[in-house]
Amino acid sequence: MIRYYLEFERPIEELEVKIDELKRISDGKDIDISSEIKKLEKKVRDIRSEIFSSLTPWQKTLIARHPDRPYTFDYINMITSDFIEMHGDRRYSDDPAIVAGIGKIQDMPVIIAGHQKGRGTKERIYRNFGQPHPEGYRKTLRVMKLAERFKRPVITFIDTPGAYPGIGAEERGQAEAIAVNLMEMSKLRTPIISIVIGEGGSGGALALSVADRLFMLEHSCYSVISPEGCAAILWKKENDLGTDDFSRAADALKLTAQDLLAYKIIDGIIPEPLGGAHRDPEGTAKNISEHIVAAFEELKTKTPGKLVEERYKRFRKIGSFIEETE
Amino acid sequence: MAWFKKTKEIRTDKKGKTPEGLWVKCDGCKEIIYKKEIEKNLKICPKCNYHFRISARERLKLLVDEGSFVEIDENLSSVDPLHFKDSISYKDRLKENQKKSGLKEAVVSGDALIKGYPVSLIIMDFSFMGGSMGSVVGEKVSRAAERSIEKKQPFISIASSGGARMQEGIFSLMQMAKASASIGRLKDNGILYISILCDPTFGGVTASFASLGDIIIAEPKSLIGFAGPRVIEQTIKQPLPDDFQRADFLLEHGLIDMVVDRKILKETLAKIFELLI
Repeated sequence: MIRYYLEFERPIEELEVKIDELKRISDGKDIDISSEIKKLEKKVRDIRSEIFSSLTPWQKTLIARHPDRPYTFDYINMITSDFIEMHGDRRYSDDPAIVAGIGKIQDMPVIIAGHQKGRGTKERIYRNFGQPHPEGYRKTLRVMKLAERFKRPVITFIDTPGAYPGIGAEERGQAEAIAVNLMEMSKLRTPIISIVIGEGGSGGALALSVADRLFMLEHSCYSVISPEGCAAILWKKENDLGTDDFSRAADALKLTAQDLLAYKIIDGIIPEPLGGAHRDPEGTAKNISEHIVAAFEELKTKTPGKLVEERYKRFRKIGSFIEETE
Repeated sequence: MAWFKKTKEIRTDKKGKTPEGLWVKCDGCKEIIYKKEIEKNLKICPKCNYHFRISARERLKLLVDEGSFVEIDENLSSVDPLHFKDSISYKDRLKENQKKSGLKEAVVSGDALIKGYPVSLIIMDFSFMGGSMGSVVGEKVSRAAERSIEKKQPFISIASSGGARMQEGIFSLMQMAKASASIGRLKDNGILYISILCDPTFGGVTASFASLGDIIIAEPKSLIGFAGPRVIEQTIKQPLPDDFQRADFLLEHGLIDMVVDRKILKETLAKIFELLI
C-alpha cells in the first residue's frame, strides 16, 4: 500500500518503511524478528501520538485536506444502509461537488447531503475539488425540504475549500444560492445535524451547516477564509508566500475544532483515531455515527416549533462586541 | 470570503475630505474627470453614470426625509475575540478606521421616514474597513430587521462591502447565518425588505442578507458578486468579460430587479411602498 505522508509525518514514514522492509525480509524465512518489529511498531505509536498531540493549526489544516482522508461518500458507505442518491436542482444541472440522498443510519431514516471531493485527478476534476456551484446548494435545499415534509432529520457533511469562484457560478447566482440556504435552513422544521469532516471553507461550508448541532472531527478546520487567502491579503506578496506565512495565518484565524469548541460555536469534537481519520476510516465512521445518533435522540424530543426557535437563538446570540450605555 | 481587496487608490474621498488634486479617475469608464463636476452631480460620473462610493451619512441625506433619521445601536463597537494581529493589531486597526471614517463601525442603523413612510434601515460604509461584516455589523442588521418586525415597517439595507471581516474569523462567518435568519423571520412576518446594492458588494454580505431582498436594486455600474474578480481570474486563468459583475450584468442574469440612479432612488422606494404597503 502506498501511503501519503505529510511533511511533519516524515519520522513516522521512515519507521514504517523500515517495518515494511523487515516484514518483507522475514516473510517465509526462518528468522524471527517479530520482537524487533514489535519494538519498532511501539516506537511508531509513540512518535505518532507525540506528533499528533501537538499539531499546529496549519498542520491540522493539512490533515483536514489530506488526500487519503475519508470523504462524504466514504462515510455514507460506512455508516448508512439502503442509501439512494438523488440528483439535480431541477433548474439547471446536477452538481457533483455535493452529494445528497436518503438512507438509514442504524435503522433511522435520514436525509444526507455533503460536499464531495474526488480521489485521483479525473475524479477530482469531476467533483470540482469539492467546490460547489449554485446548483449544488439548490440541490441541498431541495432534499432538505423533502426531509421537512417527510419528517426526517437532515445530516450534512462539510468538506469544501469554498464555493467555486467562476464565471458560470456568478452568472447563476452563487451568492443568492448560499444566502437562501442560510435563511431556509434557519427555518427548517426538522432536526439538522452537521459534521465538519475536513475543510470548512467559508460561506460555501456555512451554506450546509446552519444546524441544531454542529460537530467537528478532531483534525478538521472551519474558517472564514483559508490560511493562504488570509496570508495573501495580509502580507500582500502573493507569489512568494510560503509555509511560514500560511502557518502564521492559520494561527491567527483560530480555525481548529478545539478553538471553535472554546468559542462555543460547535457542540463537540468527534475524536479521530491516532494518526488521523485516514489511518482508520472505520473507527472514525463509528465515532461519527455514535454522535449523530446521540444528537438525534436528544433533538427528536423537541417539537418543530421549538427546534426552529432554539436554532434561531443559537445563531442570533453569536457575536462578540460591547455596547456602551450612556 | 473577504476576498475582495481594495486595489485602486483613486476613489472618492479619503479621510472624508477632498483628496489632493482636482481630477479623479472614474472607476466605470476610466475617464479623468474634473472633481467638482462629480461632486455637483451627487458623485455620479457625468460621462458614464458610474456612481462613486459615498459615505453612509451622505446616503442618508439623499434618501430619508430631512430630520427624520433616528440613529439606533450607535453604541455598539467591536472587540477583538481572536486577538488578531497582522502588521498592527485588530484593535489598533479599528481605532485607525474609527478616526479615519468618523464612524464607530462599518454600518449605520436607525429608523427614518422616506417620503413619509416609516422604515428601519441599515447603511454600510465602505470607508470603514471596506464595509466588512463582523459581529457589530451582523448584530445591527439583525436588530434592525427585528425592529422592523416589531414596528411593522419595511426594512431597507444599503450594502457596500468587501465581505466578511477576516479579523473576527469564525464570528464573522456566523454573522452571515445570523443576519439571514433574521431576514427569514422578517419574511415570515410579512414585512417588506428592499435591498440596495452599491459599489462594491461582495462575499459574505452578498451571500447573506443583501441577496434576500423581496426587491433588489443596484446602483448603476456597481460591482457586485460573490467572489472578487481577481480571485476568479486567478482561478479560471482567463480574462473576464468587460461588464462582468457590473449592475447591468446582474440585471441581465436575473439576479436583481432594477438598476436605479441615486437621483431617483428615494422616489422609486416611495412608489414601491405606495404599491405594496
